[in-house]
Amino acid sequence: MKCDRCDKQATFHITERVGEQEHWEERHLCENCARDYLSKPSEADIQSSLASALAQHLKIGQTAEELAKLDQQTCPMCGISFLEFRSHGRLGCPHDYLCFEPQLMPLIENIHGEKVHTGKRPRRIAKGLDQQTQLIRLRKEMQQAVQKEDYERASQLRDEIRELEGDA
Amino acid sequence: MIKLEELAGQCGEWLRGSGPDSDIVVSSRIRLARNLADFTFMRKCTGLDRASIERTLRERLGRIKQWNTVSFLDVNSLDEVDRQFLVERQLISRELADADGSRGVLVDANEQFSVMINEEDHLRIQVMNSGLDLMGAWERINRIDDMIEKHVTYAFHERLGYLTACPTNVGTGMRVSVMLHMPALVLTRHLERVFRSLQRISLAVRGLYGEGSQAMGDFYQISNQITLGKSEEELIAQVSEVAQTLIEYERKARNFLVENGLKELHDRVSRAYGLLCTAQTISSEETMALLSSVRMGVNLGLIQDVEIPTVNKLFIHTQPAHLQKISGTALSTADRNIERASYLQRHLGRQAHDESAENN
Repeated sequence: MKCDRCDKQATFHITERVGEQEHWEERHLCENCARDYLSKPSEADIQSSLASALAQHLKIGQTAEELAKLDQQTCPMCGISFLEFRSHGRLGCPHDYLCFEPQLMPLIENIHGEKVHTGKRPRRIAKGLDQQTQLIRLRKEMQQAVQKEDYERASQLRDEIRELEGDA
Repeated sequence: MIKLEELAGQCGEWLRGSGPDSDIVVSSRIRLARNLADFTFMRKCTGLDRASIERTLRERLGRIKQWNTVSFLDVNSLDEVDRQFLVERQLISRELADADGSRGVLVDANEQFSVMINEEDHLRIQVMNSGLDLMGAWERINRIDDMIEKHVTYAFHERLGYLTACPTNVGTGMRVSVMLHMPALVLTRHLERVFRSLQRISLAVRGLYGEGSQAMGDFYQISNQITLGKSEEELIAQVSEVAQTLIEYERKARNFLVENGLKELHDRVSRAYGLLCTAQTISSEETMALLSSVRMGVNLGLIQDVEIPTVNKLFIHTQPAHLQKISGTALSTADRNIERASYLQRHLGRQAHDESAENN
């Protein structure tokens, strides 16, 4: 068998599993290309598997029109559009996990093969994600208040933030 | 406050070459991705937000009493050689080095842990231990995470766990990595077994080190791909198990080499050692390849006059930014090759022994 990338004989047969499900990617490479492949930065790979998983997931059951509509959707908290996330693979704020949930959950399941966290939990949890994202809004308002030199309002907002953080 | 020049002279705890299976496993590393609940993720941060995150974290984490040996380095104000130096030392990522705007890193004096600020996530906590010691690394990083959490509120979701900028890290936010030195598997062309053993679980194998992106020095790193749905301990057990398998393979390959051609092997490692001791100009790539042979030779008892911590140190200290920090001046590639050869001579072979004899 020839190497996927050049004309040499393939001596490395790499099967990589993407996510926990039966989703495999096979590569047949010669020694040089295998070394090159292995030395690629891992984040780039994760990025490409994320992009392909996303593309795969979106192809299923969505018309071009629906897709375009989906891409326009934006998060009220940070303003990121689904298109922006889709093209860069990075979310804009914690609230995106809620507002893009219907699109994100199948993607997350595809990547991890699971959908529920079972590991460590912080001892101090802000009371639910809704309230956590309020923190982002409050902080923005506080910045604006400071800019307008409305220090009374700013200190009010600061107290609200502290209360939500459970800092008391 | 840590001075980079002082760092350049010493070497991190994780290079000391001790700990379980340290003939094959160089280091065990765990990193946790965490975000503050009250800021947007990096992609949607303005310059002001970035500055505010950095200031908030410096101020709050400065309150941790146990951290009296921890220093903050303002990566944004460092020049390129200094940033590269921190990358070579594995205290910061290439991404953090190359980014723009407010960013920094908290480094503990023994280099056992570092906390990057404003990388892909607001916080990237990292712990490195020598040898195969993932549970030790987990205990330490878990404690550090608890300490930090007393002073900040993390973005956390009941069902999804720790929320991260990239959905590939959501859940535990944890990446567990083991760096293995596998020269015999490369030499006997059995490296593909490595991949076969990885088929059953979702793990990634990567090359490591080097000036370019090329895998050099026969170092490979394995790490978990998934972060959600398994506990930290389960993820660690998975990576440990594969590391054990690879260690076994590498040991078998070393035994094979010893049993079927000890002379050739002895010749190979001795020549490598001889070249490193006598070369007058040498590239980073050649140094890596030769040091790899020497490292195996020392571990198999074929070379007696140098110890593993020294070899481990040389892998790092002969890299471009380190050579420039150690010599105290900017060097061209050609000058670096000369400086590298001279540095190797000073630390290996007869000259090094004479010097240490004089010092005694």
